[in-house]
This record gives sequence, C-alpha cells and structure tokens, in this order.
Amino acid sequence: MLYSIGKDSAVMLHLAIKAFYPSRPPFPLLHVDTGWKFREMITFRDRKVKELGLELLVHINEDGVREGVGPFSHGSAYHTDVMKTAGLKQALDKYGFDAAFGGARRDEEKSRAKERIISVRTAGHRWDPKRQRPEIWNLYNTRLQKGESLRAFPLSNWTELDIWQYIRRENIELVPLYFAAPRPVVDWNGTMIMLDDDRVPPDIAVQATTKSVRFRTLGCYPLTGAVESTATTLDDVIQEILLTTTSERQGRAIDKDQAASMEKKKQEGYF
Amino acid sequence: MRLHDDLIAEDIGAYLEAHEQKSLLRFITCGSVDDGKSTLIGRLLYDSKMIFEDQLATLEADSKKVGTQGDSIDFALLVDGLAAEREQGITIDVAYRFFATQKRKFIVADTPGHEQYTRNMATGASTADAAILMIDARKGILTQTRRHSIIATLLGIRHLVLAINKMDLVGYEQSVYDAIVADYQAFAEVLPGKLDIVPIPISALAGTNITERSPETPWYAGPSLMDYLETVEIAKEAETLPLRMPVQWVNRPNLDFRGFSGQIASGRVRPGDRIRSLPSGRETTITRIVTASGDLDEAVAGQSITLTFADEIDTSRGDVIAAATQPPEVSDQFQVKLLWMSEQPLLPGRRYFLKSGTRTVSATVNAPKHGIDVNTMADTAARTLELNQIGVTTIALEQPIPFDPYTDNRLTGSFILIDRQTNDTVALGLIDFSLRRAANIHWQALDITREALAEQKNQQATVLWFTGLSGSGKSTIANALQKRLYAMGRHTFILDGDNVRHGLNRDLGFTDADRVENIRRVSNVARLMTDAGLIVLVSFISPFRAERQMARALMAEGEFIEIHVDTPLDVAEQRDVKGLYKKARAGEIRNFTGIDSPYEPPLNPELRINTVGQSAEDAAEEILKFLAWRGVFEI
Repeated sequence: MLYSIGKDSAVMLHLAIKAFYPSRPPFPLLHVDTGWKFREMITFRDRKVKELGLELLVHINEDGVREGVGPFSHGSAYHTDVMKTAGLKQALDKYGFDAAFGGARRDEEKSRAKERIISVRTAGHRWDPKRQRPEIWNLYNTRLQKGESLRAFPLSNWTELDIWQYIRRENIELVPLYFAAPRPVVDWNGTMIMLDDDRVPPDIAVQATTKSVRFRTLGCYPLTGAVESTATTLDDVIQEILLTTTSERQGRAIDKDQAASMEKKKQEGYF
Repeated sequence: MRLHDDLIAEDIGAYLEAHEQKSLLRFITCGSVDDGKSTLIGRLLYDSKMIFEDQLATLEADSKKVGTQGDSIDFALLVDGLAAEREQGITIDVAYRFFATQKRKFIVADTPGHEQYTRNMATGASTADAAILMIDARKGILTQTRRHSIIATLLGIRHLVLAINKMDLVGYEQSVYDAIVADYQAFAEVLPGKLDIVPIPISALAGTNITERSPETPWYAGPSLMDYLETVEIAKEAETLPLRMPVQWVNRPNLDFRGFSGQIASGRVRPGDRIRSLPSGRETTITRIVTASGDLDEAVAGQSITLTFADEIDTSRGDVIAAATQPPEVSDQFQVKLLWMSEQPLLPGRRYFLKSGTRTVSATVNAPKHGIDVNTMADTAARTLELNQIGVTTIALEQPIPFDPYTDNRLTGSFILIDRQTNDTVALGLIDFSLRRAANIHWQALDITREALAEQKNQQATVLWFTGLSGSGKSTIANALQKRLYAMGRHTFILDGDNVRHGLNRDLGFTDADRVENIRRVSNVARLMTDAGLIVLVSFISPFRAERQMARALMAEGEFIEIHVDTPLDVAEQRDVKGLYKKARAGEIRNFTGIDSPYEPPLNPELRINTVGQSAEDAAEEILKFLAWRGVFEI
C-alpha cells in the first residue's frame, strides 16, 4: 500500500486496518521519499507505523540523490519526474509488487475521473486510457500478464468532503501541518512555501515572514502551497474548505506545468 | 466545494451531521454524440456551485480557445477530461463526477455516446439507480436512444429521465416535446421490467428546467431535472432481499479465531441467524458480527464485516453465506444474456474465466441461441457475438456456483467473462436461470444420501468390472447375470464397449491415449450410477492395470469388484465371434489387444472366471453367489 503520509493515505490505511481486523493488513506500506518531504511528515510516519505494528518500506531514488536533484536547482517538473515518478517505478520493480494501493480520488482532477478502480499498468508502468478494462458492478478483473502490474484505488469515489467527514467521524490522526500554526513562509514563483529546512536558497529564504498557515495537501515542501488560515481544529479546517473558492490541487505546482499535465504524467507511470 | 449552505458558516458540526445523513443517488447520462450530455453535467456542477474559481478561470480560458460557444462558457470542456476527447469533442470513456445539494449526494457517470463505446455505457449503468437519456429535440428518438434504453433497463435501471434537450432550438414548442414523448412511450413497451419514465423538456446550454421550472415552458407541469434527482425514491431494495455475502477472505489472525470477511451483497444478518454456506450446503448459526469498532447486533447490505460461525464448517473465498431458509440455487449450467465487450468476437465452445461475486471458475460458452436487436428487443439470428452485441446463450462451468437470477438480485446474478490469453474483460453476463439444478442435489444431499438411494432399492451399490480379452465372454456373462439379477428385482445397468462407444465415447479411437480416456469416462459414469444406488456391470477389455486401478480408486470403498474373465488367447481367437482376430492378424485392425497391443491380466482380482468348460449361465451363478456372500444383497 502506497503511503504518502497525507490525509488520503491516512484514510486508506484506516480502512485497511478495519477491513482486515482482527488480523493485520497482510501487506507492507511503501513510502516513496523524495528527500524533500516536510520533516513533520517523516516524524509522523515513523511514529504511526510503530504504533500500528506495520511493516514500512521506504524508497528513495538514489540516482536522483547522487545527481543532487531538487526542486530549487532542477525545477518542479524534473524533480517530480525523477524523485516521484521514477522513484515509484524503481520501488515497485525492486520489490516486484504486482499490485499497489493508491489513495487517488476521481474528484481530484479531470483525467483521474476516468481512471478505473483497478488500473492495469504495462511492464513499463504506463497507463493507456484507451485500453482500460470495463468495470461492471463490483466485479474487478485483477488478472495480469507477466510483467504487468495493477494499481488499486479504493478511494476512487470519495470526494474531498467525504475524506474530511470520515476523518472526523473516525477520529483519524493527521500530520499537524493540516492545522493552522505560525510558520515561516515565503513566496516562491507565486506559491507560498514554508521554510522547512536550510535548503531554501538564501536569496529566497531571506524574505521569509511568519504567518498563520495550514496546508490542504502535503507533498514536497517547496512544491506545496500554504494557505493563510486560523483554523486550528478539524471543524474549523472543514469549514474553511467548504467555504473556499479554489480547488484542492490549486496549491500543487505540478498540475499547472502544461495542459493535460496529470494525464500525461499518469501515462508515464505517475500514480 | 462551494456549497451555498448557511449552515456551513453558522454551525459546521450540524452541517456535517446533516450531510452524513444525505442519501446517495448514482445516475448515468447517456445519449448520442451531440445531444449535450457533457454540457448538462457541466451545467449541473455549475448550478450546484461545485466549480471552484481556479477551475472556472481555466474553463473560461479553454472555452475561448477550443470552445464551441463563442465567448460563452462551454460546459462540456469541464467534463471531457482526456486530451483526446477535448480534441475530438467526444466522450470516449466513463467519467465520474460528484456533487451534492442540500438534499442529496450524487455520483454521475458520464457515459460515451458513440456506438463503439457501448460497453463503457454498460459499465456506468451497472452501478446506477437512474438514467438520464439525452434526446436532441430536433432529432427525436435515435438508434442510440433505443440501444441505451435497452442496455440501461437490461442492467436493472428502473428510473429513466427523458431529457429532451435543446428545446431553445425548437422555440420551446410543446408539440415537438409531445411527439417525442409519444414516440418514446410506444418504443418503451418492449423494455423489460416495471419502469418509471419521466420526460422533462430542457436546455442544458440555457439552463432551462435544470434547477427550477423555467418560464420558457409554461405548458410543462412536471419537476425540474434537479427536483426530480433530489426526490426520486430509490428503494433500498438490496436490504429487503434474502441474505447473501460472498466470502472475500477467511480471517485467521490466530488459532482461536476463524472469521469470514466480505461485503453483504443483500439482506441483513444478526447473531443467532441460521445460515447456509454454498456451494457446500452446510448450515450453521452466526455467533458474532465482528468489526474493528466492536461487535454489531445487526449488519445490512453494503456493510463490510467479519462473521463467525457456531460450527466449523468448510467455507472459503468465493463461497456465499446465505439465509438458510432462502438459499440461492447452485448450478453449473445456465441460460444467460451476454453483452460482448471485446473486439475479438465470442468463440463458441471456447473456455473463458467467469467471475461471479468473489469466485472465478472456468466456463465454456456455447453458440448463442439468438441475438437481441437493440432497437426493438426482438430476437435475431446470431452465430457469435461481436463487440457491443447482446445475445442469449448457455454456459457450462467447471464447478457449480451459487447464484440468483439477475432480475432477483443484481449482485449474485451477474458475472463477467475474462479471456484466458489476454486477460481482457470480454463480456458482462446476466443469469436468467439454471439449466439443471446441481444446487438441489447439493443441499438435499444432507437428507437423501447415496446410501439412502441404494437402500431404497434394497441393495448395495456395486461395480462389477469385467475385464478380459476380446471374445473372452465378458458381455455374454454380464448379460446372463443381469437377467438373473433382474428376475430377483435388483436394479442394474450394463455399460459395455458397444453402447458407450456409439454415443458418449464416439470421438475416441483405439490408440493407447484414447483407451485411457475411454476408461476414464466409463469409470466416471459407473461412479455416478453407484451414487444412484445401482449395481453396474461394466464389460470392457480394459487391458491396462493402471486404468483399472484408476477406476477402482474412483469408487467408494468396497464397491469395486474386479472380475477377470480368464479365457486363454488361443481359445478366444478360436471363438472369434465378431471375426475381429482374423482382421487383426491380417493387419486390417491396428492396436488389437492380444495381437499387437498388450493385455495386462489382473494380479489380485476379486473373482477369476474360467470359461473353458463352463457355460455363461454357470459363470453368472458363480458371481451371484459371490455377491450374496459379499453382502451386496440377500438371496
């Protein structure tokens, strides 16, 4: 099960624990690290996995690390391609997984809206939107050819509101970054990013100010836009989200790179 | 998610609790290419305030660039997600959209209109409660409208909205609307099931009769589209049906716990309920409904749970846990309807994988009995099924499965077929009925056992396996014995080379491989006859020890009696009743036992009969005494 530490991953993990109870989920968690995640995410991840007694596999693209790939030096598109997309493919190949759960939802983005719940990927992890298997009733065809793998998206039909509502109902613990707190932030290419460590180039870092902010989604800290907020409780956060006028992925730099960018990334193997 | 609901600002907690209680309606939109489906969905999202500012900004920019509405917003661009679709202006795949109003939550499947994507439409329809059929007011009912209506209703959708669109382009004329409604109602006569058909005159582009009744159609007295969607009654039908839960997983965290996990497909369950596990037919009582949030007093259709049983009965993944009083049937042969979804047409006689519930079995699909014309529902001639074609056919499974007819239960009456080579999903299927009821045997087996069937005949089921050379006298002795047994009121049957090779085994020759298969089939038939309580007289040369051993192993303990009709080759050849030895010696028959194919005599037969100097009647008498001594019956 792909575990990205975000709220959707938290919900998916919670569902898995419930589904297999009283047994434990019979699969490990896989986190594809990019080296640029918020530090609080990593702390949260390690504590959570220990509490639940689950197996966690962490993979980072060592080629990218050696090349020194990062969002500041190489730009968001190249960084995401190397550290996320290629890193994920490496990890799946390394462990030989023929199936991986992901927390993607159809309401996130237009090309996601057409993705199957069980999505077959070719040997090169590519997604072909024209060759998707029909999914009828609840009968999922999980048969694979040699070399193929599948991605399973159990949250396909959940909306962002469903996720928040479920977190509230089931009292699911989240990374504190989802809640407003005073944090050092700076504007970088039109996105308000947080100074999570000293790798932010000095000329940018010097302009930082402390603001009360929270995050709607969590990814690499230089690529994740903060929103100004005073919402410190779950109800406050949900209220803000419902009253907001911009979409969830608006804070994500990678979606804006080019037209139909998510579809293209997915064809190349992005989750 | 900009839901204009004052409660969000005033009391978020109350709002969320109200939202949690909202019912969910799943519907599809279908129709022809230019009927305006995507525009309608874009409009519904827009009017229910589901479009964010950033999305709206993108939409406005895209509308100017590739839109078809001049400077106005092209709502279709909001929905057609794939790059290819935006270029070609068609919806090629099912897209799911989500929105909510103050009264309900919705999942809409936007399904393609092109004929070549009919399978995608069926995909959307399989999980929908209602269908919006888009009709262009200028064009009226088209082939696609009819086809989509038939697919939607075959798949069990009962609520149909006839969205007669582009009314603005026909001047909001009531006569146009009335004519289309009348046309459709005439056609709808052929649709299966009891339908709720609601026609609404709309303009997706102009927003007419979408969220509220519009002044442009004063002659129309029905609900707006949104009114209808918010209020249409979706019977919680699944909860009222008998309990069915396909087992997904046997949950065994430790030696002290054994539970059965799955999602309830229909009905409800409580601890103490009597259930039957199928196909085994075993019954037990539910002891607990286990969930991570504690045990439940009751669970209903749609819930995922783990059940524990009072007794250790054999249940595994793929089995169905069902109400003991109303179990599903179990069968391995069905009449079904298929919608073919692959470019490769159906190959009658070929084996596919069939997946039903959580079970996958091997299935042979026979040639269609007939096709179904999607314009008229009439039967058509069909030798195969091509992409997007619907037909009625029969299938045979390698193992029996529990099922309900599709019209009774959508989840336990449905299946998909999977190609064994490509792994593609090639067809969806609806079970009409079973052709024979393996089911009844399975659960009645608890009462009417094979022993009971033998006892009824006042005998013990037995196979008398006569082996020996051609012309040794096997059949003559078997015939004489059967006459004696018949006279005594015993229930018998003779299986010999002649009666079996003319029918069941007529595809087999006399090579070693064919001889083995010959014996395998005969042994299985003999085994079934012993299950029916018969005394079976098998008269076959059966030259190989291994095959006779295989036959013996197939029978119940003590029910196999091997009788070696021990006639020397020279004696048999001298008799040569059918002239076969002569031909074999002349080389006209190949693989003839005793001549150019070996005969392996039994080492320890139950009985050895010497036919030299003994008549067939005497031999029969000798066997009869032996059987009485063995206790097969009393003389």
